[in-house]
Amino acid sequence: MTFRTPTGGTIDRNTLLHFTFNGRKLTGHPGDTLASALLANGVHEVGSSVKLGRPRGIVAAGSEDPTSLVQVEEPFPEPMLLATTVELFDGLVARGLAGQGRLAPEPDPARYDAKHEHCDVLVVGAGPAGLAAALTAARSGARVVLVDEQNQAGGALLGVDEYLDDRPSAAWVADVLAELRSTAGVLVLERTTAFGMYQDGFVLALQKRTDHLGFAAPAGVARQRVWRIRTRQIVLATGAHERPVVFAGNDRPGIMLASSARTFLHRYGVLPGSRAVVFTTNDSAYCAAIDLAESGVDVPMIVDARPEAPARLATECAARGIEVRAGHVVIGTEGAGRVTDAHVAPLDGVAGHCDTVVCDTVLVSGGWNPVVNLFSQARGKLRYDAELGAFVPGEELETVRVAGSATGELDLTACVRQGRNAGASAAISAGFTPRGQMPLPVSDSRCTSRSGLVLWRVPGDDDASFVDLQRDATVADVLRATGAGLRSLEHIKRYTTIGTAHDQGKTSGMIAAGIVAEALGVELADQRPTTFRPPYTAVSFAALAGRDRGELHDPVRVTAIHPWHVAHGALFEDVGQWKRPWYYPQAGEDLHTAVLRECKATRESVGMMDGSTLGKIDVQGRDAGKFLDMLYTNMMSTLKVGRIRYGVMCGVDGMVIDDGTVIRVGEERYLVTTTTGNAAKILDWMEEWLQTEWPHLDVHCTSVTEHWATIPLVGPKSRDVLAAVAPDLDVSNEAFEFMTWHDTHVAGVPARVCRISFSGELAYEINVTAWHGLAVWEALMAAGEQYGITPYGTETMHVLRAEKGYPIIGQETDATVTPQDLGMSWAVSKKKPDFIGKRSFARAENNRTDRKQLVGLLPVDPSVLLPEGSQIVETDRLPEPPVRMLGHVTSSYPSAALGRTFALALVRSGHERIGETLYVPVEDSLVPVTVTESVLYDKEGARRDG
Amino acid sequence: MTVSPLAAWRGRLAALAPALAVAERPFRSQLTVRASEPSAIAAMGSALGVVFPSVPCTFTAGSGQFGDVEVLWLGPDEFLVVAAPDLQVSIEEVLRGALGSSRGSVVDTSAQRTTVILEGPHVRDVLAHGCSVDLHPSAAPAGTCVQTLLARTGIILQVTGPDRCTVLVRSSFAEYLAAWLSDACVEYQAAAP
Repeated sequence: MTFRTPTGGTIDRNTLLHFTFNGRKLTGHPGDTLASALLANGVHEVGSSVKLGRPRGIVAAGSEDPTSLVQVEEPFPEPMLLATTVELFDGLVARGLAGQGRLAPEPDPARYDAKHEHCDVLVVGAGPAGLAAALTAARSGARVVLVDEQNQAGGALLGVDEYLDDRPSAAWVADVLAELRSTAGVLVLERTTAFGMYQDGFVLALQKRTDHLGFAAPAGVARQRVWRIRTRQIVLATGAHERPVVFAGNDRPGIMLASSARTFLHRYGVLPGSRAVVFTTNDSAYCAAIDLAESGVDVPMIVDARPEAPARLATECAARGIEVRAGHVVIGTEGAGRVTDAHVAPLDGVAGHCDTVVCDTVLVSGGWNPVVNLFSQARGKLRYDAELGAFVPGEELETVRVAGSATGELDLTACVRQGRNAGASAAISAGFTPRGQMPLPVSDSRCTSRSGLVLWRVPGDDDASFVDLQRDATVADVLRATGAGLRSLEHIKRYTTIGTAHDQGKTSGMIAAGIVAEALGVELADQRPTTFRPPYTAVSFAALAGRDRGELHDPVRVTAIHPWHVAHGALFEDVGQWKRPWYYPQAGEDLHTAVLRECKATRESVGMMDGSTLGKIDVQGRDAGKFLDMLYTNMMSTLKVGRIRYGVMCGVDGMVIDDGTVIRVGEERYLVTTTTGNAAKILDWMEEWLQTEWPHLDVHCTSVTEHWATIPLVGPKSRDVLAAVAPDLDVSNEAFEFMTWHDTHVAGVPARVCRISFSGELAYEINVTAWHGLAVWEALMAAGEQYGITPYGTETMHVLRAEKGYPIIGQETDATVTPQDLGMSWAVSKKKPDFIGKRSFARAENNRTDRKQLVGLLPVDPSVLLPEGSQIVETDRLPEPPVRMLGHVTSSYPSAALGRTFALALVRSGHERIGETLYVPVEDSLVPVTVTESVLYDKEGARRDG
Repeated sequence: MTVSPLAAWRGRLAALAPALAVAERPFRSQLTVRASEPSAIAAMGSALGVVFPSVPCTFTAGSGQFGDVEVLWLGPDEFLVVAAPDLQVSIEEVLRGALGSSRGSVVDTSAQRTTVILEGPHVRDVLAHGCSVDLHPSAAPAGTCVQTLLARTGIILQVTGPDRCTVLVRSSFAEYLAAWLSDACVEYQAAAP
């Protein structure tokens, strides 16, 4: 049996769409939602409830629907969609849900993106008020964005069959829309839900761009788009949601909001059933009753809770054979699945009389809740309107105006006037002058805009009276909460879960508040409503992620030499956003064998790495030396031009934050290097001190990290390789001392060569502009070929420096480690009157002898590799917990140079423990280790000069 | 001998036309100038033949001994001087001379960033997918210059014409920028819905 009317609605009756629901093959038309197509096929039972497994149907026609959750299976699995907001397309396969859906295990092939948009006036909602606001603002010349969640403009007008000024309302809508679309600077976004409002006119909206096309959605076009809108003024014309009245058995399929039934009729040409009882507290449901009766639905009775029915409407009903029972309510329903009977009794219950009316549909109206979600998100205060029985905007905000039924206004002409005024004042506030006032249309609606009786619930079986149909939360649950002593709506919401489902309580929240107030005997005006938070409707993570996935998830920073590393089989390590060569495995090599080979080649002949990621900051100005003296623990102003000094930086707490070298380029110019991961942080650190504490200093800092490609050339043969490519440079130890630099040409390219070593070997750091980096690298490789020059990665660099006891900031340190802990008292000036961190070195805590200090560890068994992060204990047998932990292993490697494994560790009183045996728990055993100095290789520094 | 950060992307970027004409303009001379004394700024301007921008978020262009030179406002006392390739050494010298004993600094940052020219009717649309700055002609006319984020990389954005922009990006982020641009153009190469 079809419930499709012979004519009417905005569906395309000439086109048939095939779809499958719960395994049944059904048909509908373009313009249908899944919900309207189901109803047209007489399907009311969609899914079942999450806790009780009771059948659930379709309560509303839009995004406020609490029940019609479906899982779309084809074209691509998507959980938790509302049948009322899924536009029908050919081939759709869906099924009803029991509260939870399933995500597809495979990646979503659809494209999701984001776009920024800016405007003077943003209007949310394209109903009568929103259209008027948008048009008024647009005529002033303002840049206007109009967003609406429906697939067509019109708002509430889509669900009625009314005339405006003797024309169908659709014609009025079409005219306004046509003018908006033809006005420059106006963007109309359909299928777009403003779901979040934030400070300073920032609004997020989700546009469903190709969802409705289903299988026909074009590839390469974003399916959904998050609009990131920044606007100067906002008009909220978000409308109102009808709310039900709670009564026993109110959750059966076939029980629906009256205005939603009217919407299904007028917009989709669908009848909600054959025989409908209407239960109302206000006039608006009479229109639904009359419209349905005129469309062939048997409407035996309107049950009006008010003591007196509206006379004129009652007369109209009588003329159509509809009995109107004033002062009555629906007290219960019957039905194994869909509703089959309604029990009607007097509200006061005095008579004790109850009639049973056979029906397959119960239409309910308990009044209207203005949609204040976005206004509340914008921090607007809400006020309880006792006449409406709803929270309404309670104040004016500087940049946010509310118009139409979102204010509680129910009369169409008044709504349009509000929209017009809001659009004009928003335009004026944005600096525009309204022009060409639009005329106010008059509706022929037979229903007056009088508000009705505020009735939250009909007394009855509390356990069967559902407040939140999605959460299976009943009046009994609310009373249990208040009985337990909860008074705040926020607490009761969390206790009962009312309003926490996909619909965020659009139809249930107000009723819950009302029932709570009644139960507590307090005024709703004194109650604080629960906070509305984004998103207004559910937004998928895929949409929020947008294009930030795959290779665009996070930038991959690469150096100028990167293509060479790739071509030569390097494996990469992520250091911050950088990809750094980790090691260069040859055929059959794993990490350990490759690194042992790279280390050996470097210590015995020559190796080379890409150090371009090192942070580099040019520091210039008359006070540059003074500034660096404050930043570093050691003295930098005494450094001579042409020389280089290692330096340590501490935070104000005296803990090491970074280290690097300082090159004195000129009298008033230095180049400082930072660790790779800290480059931006240290530049910020410098700027912070210069801008906030020492603005009097004549110093400027400029990042040159990426201007330079940096190539450390390391090993006893490095001098020979350099000599071959730098003919102008005297590379002898006498002419080119350790910790000095020279400007020269390398491979014919201007270069700055520094004699710096992070391995203890003779080493040079060759700096050329990034443009030349690859060519110079290749030239060095060629020049070193006869020495077996070996490219090495970060792992070998770590081993080489660890053998020398050089700490890596962030690996040996963790923001609780001082230079003294690292054995670097020599790098802390005793002469300087002040520097950052100095004061903290005098704290008693800093001078405890049992601080954790950097030492070396040699496993007694030289083949045992300690896992990094291992704890260190004092005894060869674990005592009863708590076990005293002495510290932990910070670095651990096999060493080619030492012919054994070794580790660095932070150990309590480490410096005093040198020579002691300690124990490292590894899995089930305690590994004995000998504590040594941190420098394990070439302690006398004999290799430095080659 | 020299390799620009987007050399490997030339073909892929060219293939984005006609949705968007994208071309790297590499190796330009770039100098970061920090100065706040009006006399020093004026002296540097006259040495280059271009008036330094005094309005925040703008750039100026002029011509002098180094040919066409642009000066980009990057901050209250920070500018980027951009000129044809291979002039950085001599421009640095001239700027130092003009700065004289005034407080400030001049740093060669030529290889720090590369330059990408974007042109076409969709230029603002494409950028709007990742750039939160209002690029409407009324808000960002030609002559606008902002430091901002494009998706997840910092950029300097110069508006050079109604449908033309210049983007300066850190060399290490250039490939990310190219990948992002290629992706953002997808919809403008296909038929819009």
